[in-house]
Amino acid sequence: MLQTLGHIQIGWLLIASLAVTGFVSFYVGRTSMARAPASGPLERSHSQPNYHGYFMAMCAAVPAALIFILYLVLSGGFIRSQLVSELPDYVRSLGALELDQYVDRLFEHAAMRDPQPTGNDLFDAASSRLTELRGQSRLLMLILALGAGLAGFVYGLRKLNRQFRARDYVEMGIVGVLFLCAAIAILTTLGIILSLIFETIRFFNSEGSPGLFGFLFGTEWNAQTGEDFGTVPLFLGTLLIALLAMCVAAPIGLFSAIYLSEYASPTLRAWIKPILELLAGIPTVVYGFFAAMVVAPAVRSGAQWINSLPFTSDTLLSAQPQSALAAGLVMGIMIIPFVSSLSDDVINAVPQTLRNGALAMGATPSETVRNVVLPAALPGIIAALLLAVSRAIGETMIVVMAAGQRAQITADPTSDLTTITVQIVALLTGDTEFDSAKTLSAFALGFVLFSVTLIFNLIALRVVQRYREKYD
Amino acid sequence: MTDAPEATPIERPSSFASEAAMKRLKRRHAAERRFRAYGLVAIGFAILALLVLVLSILTQAWSAFTRHEVVFDLTMERELIAPEGRDQPEQIASNVTGFNTLVQQDLLATFPETGRTRQLRREVFALTTRLAVLPIAHKVAEQPDLIDETVSVRAALSDDLDLYLKGGATDRRAMVAGQAGIIAANEAGLIEIEEIGDSRFAAFQSAVADLEGTDPSVLLRVDDTWFTLESINTNSLIASYLTGPAPLLGDRYETPIDALIIKTPASNRTVSDRQIAWTTMLNEQGRIKRVFNSGLFTQADSTYPELAGAAAAIVGSIFTMIVTALFAIPVGILAAVYLEEFAPKNRLTDLIEVNINNLAAVPSIVFGLLGAAVFLNLFGMPRSVPLVGGLVLGLLVLPTVIIASRAALKSVPPSIRTAALGLGASRTQAVFHHVLPLAAPGILTGAIIAMARALGETAPLLLIGMVAFVNEVPTRADQESTVLPVLIYKWFSGAERAWEPMTSAVIIILLVFLVLMNLAAVMLRRRFERRW
Repeated sequence: MLQTLGHIQIGWLLIASLAVTGFVSFYVGRTSMARAPASGPLERSHSQPNYHGYFMAMCAAVPAALIFILYLVLSGGFIRSQLVSELPDYVRSLGALELDQYVDRLFEHAAMRDPQPTGNDLFDAASSRLTELRGQSRLLMLILALGAGLAGFVYGLRKLNRQFRARDYVEMGIVGVLFLCAAIAILTTLGIILSLIFETIRFFNSEGSPGLFGFLFGTEWNAQTGEDFGTVPLFLGTLLIALLAMCVAAPIGLFSAIYLSEYASPTLRAWIKPILELLAGIPTVVYGFFAAMVVAPAVRSGAQWINSLPFTSDTLLSAQPQSALAAGLVMGIMIIPFVSSLSDDVINAVPQTLRNGALAMGATPSETVRNVVLPAALPGIIAALLLAVSRAIGETMIVVMAAGQRAQITADPTSDLTTITVQIVALLTGDTEFDSAKTLSAFALGFVLFSVTLIFNLIALRVVQRYREKYD
Repeated sequence: MTDAPEATPIERPSSFASEAAMKRLKRRHAAERRFRAYGLVAIGFAILALLVLVLSILTQAWSAFTRHEVVFDLTMERELIAPEGRDQPEQIASNVTGFNTLVQQDLLATFPETGRTRQLRREVFALTTRLAVLPIAHKVAEQPDLIDETVSVRAALSDDLDLYLKGGATDRRAMVAGQAGIIAANEAGLIEIEEIGDSRFAAFQSAVADLEGTDPSVLLRVDDTWFTLESINTNSLIASYLTGPAPLLGDRYETPIDALIIKTPASNRTVSDRQIAWTTMLNEQGRIKRVFNSGLFTQADSTYPELAGAAAAIVGSIFTMIVTALFAIPVGILAAVYLEEFAPKNRLTDLIEVNINNLAAVPSIVFGLLGAAVFLNLFGMPRSVPLVGGLVLGLLVLPTVIIASRAALKSVPPSIRTAALGLGASRTQAVFHHVLPLAAPGILTGAIIAMARALGETAPLLLIGMVAFVNEVPTRADQESTVLPVLIYKWFSGAERAWEPMTSAVIIILLVFLVLMNLAAVMLRRRFERRW
């Protein structure tokens, strides 16, 4: 019995028991008013029967669900320590790491749908003991949850009467659920920050860590071999590619936004805007493929042509098959719609009266744009560009596919470079152990990336918000 | 707004009508035109970039939607495919070697000269891959009465030759070298084609001379016999025998010599001269068929491009999207309802709002790090499964869903709420019975667009291990799986040339899904959009 209980999928067990508890209580609550005697002919109950049902379901299911959550959080560690304490001494005297691995294997084995004996008596016994422990703890949990559910059920039933404001309580519960959903956003941010900080600290404490100074200012990056963790080449590579991308995206995005908002007829605008937005809808992996297959060879032959010119030396540009320029150009194309739609919003928010004033003074439309509209929209446009830079820094697939893996410091855009995101992917793809400096350095890089983009975003969002308020 | 204010010349003499002013005006109008042109150029560049991108992928993908198959008429000999003791259906289905021997025997019979050396045999067997016989093996296993019958079998042509037939892989030119004369053996054991008197011979000679020093292969064909060119004399060709019926020495031929000049040197390509000759012969015999590459949609990943398909990735993507939708859409909508309808104006609410706007701009790879650290390391969830991938993508698109839902809720006029409240509904009832249904089309549109974004996302999935090689179509959300964008990345990294068109084909599949989702969003908006 315990073995079976230890084996079944825990998720189904929880959903089934919660559903049963909820439905039974709902039914009891809903029908209870029909049985309750009215004290007078005019007395009506405050809430509709359904609300009594919901109230009862809430009373019974919420405590049971809390027990389940507690179980999910606590049981793993508890079962593990219990299992370890029951292992023979010679196994427990293994090093902490090996013991962990041994227990991990036990868990894997026990989690199989139909565990076959491995032939190792101790292992098989421990595995079946693990399943048994699981079964016991689940039985305990089920009893506790049932008890809690029953207690809630009795509590609710005693509260129910005609005057009881069941609806108010149910609605409070609903708002509580809504709040929890909204709080997931905070939890996500917290999860990101905590996990990044935690793993970064582990990185700096791990063997072979370069120390904060060496990490931020070292000029050699060789994380794959676990030797050098100087991030300067990565930062410079990221910056160069982001700069190239902005050289494409900023003028093109801005000019198309200006044209669309100041010159284009409504029909033209209705056609062009969706086409530009198509660019934003294309997955980045497709851009990466385009960059590597079409743009990079073109950049290479262009660089070779420049090298072959009479007045340039043959080694002026390195003309690599993968290049920062290819990645930057394509990334710029990807960011165009981002810049143009944000700037479009900002330019449209400039009050028409300002334009009319300038035009009435005899300015041409382009003079109006340059001398009146753009200065008024400048903070917003800068914010849009900041957001675009933050996006270029965090973009991954294009650089992974088209920029290369070699960490080097160079200003030559036709050579292959690597960026923060490329290295994160390179370090964490494939089978990873979470305890080597190599893997953990990816989290340290992620922390830097997150902090930089966060600062850019915060400034930009603040500016945009202020700006909206100014003209609203 | 669109017209420049007319500079009307004024009657009385003033600085506005002076020559200098008119000049200035001209300059200003020229600046105006330039400014306008910049805008048009910018838009033109963006549209051009889009066109080049789509066209370059489409032209590449085109070839991957068809593939070449070789037709074999094989007798299913029992002793090879189902010998005594290995005749159970599952044993027949996995007897790749046996079926492959049948194919190899047929190839040896078609090109008898290949039986001579190991090297030649290896070359001719490379026309198809071993695993290409798997479908017929499964078929025979299901219908044992096919044993000892003659069955028409189709096996995929190897990827390099497939690419060759589609016109890729080599730079080549076909021409007629002239009228064949007498074929004779010369003293070095080579073949000499003599007495070629033809104007076309001169053109051929100069075409070959142009390629001096680049080490091209020149294949010659007289009737069905193939030669490789060794050297050209003034009116004869020295060649060595390659394949086909052995030449009749001393005979006078009346047929033209076909020449195929392959500019890519043999060391730079993956198909040999002989393989090209064999493929051309098979093709002319009608034994190579170009068929729709249905394997792209029905097969899982493979290490051989000609056998690989995107089925596992399509199913994996669907599972992942289901998990993402189940998580992000309800949570996103409820969060939006809270923020828009119930949230009190306080610090906490402000914090949540700033948070959501920020999360929307966090690089997607950071969510991958979150998934790796929290879901995989802390919670010990399995790697490479749609369940975890879906959750990570769900967190990623949650802000998008919330922001879109809030915009939709905001567009419902307050009069709806006040009317409901006035009739005695509670706030919850007003929201859930009246506001939310009216905002539903807008919310759904936003949700579909968010799902489309999740479908194209790659980076976070790489970090939670969805790059695993999956050669079986998953049937559950907690089985190892991959998704379309990750498959694109994986095939892109493949070394063989044939992966390139395959990758483009998967990109097309992905884009079709995205277009369908966006179309659904647009239709929904058109159909249900309400202006208040």
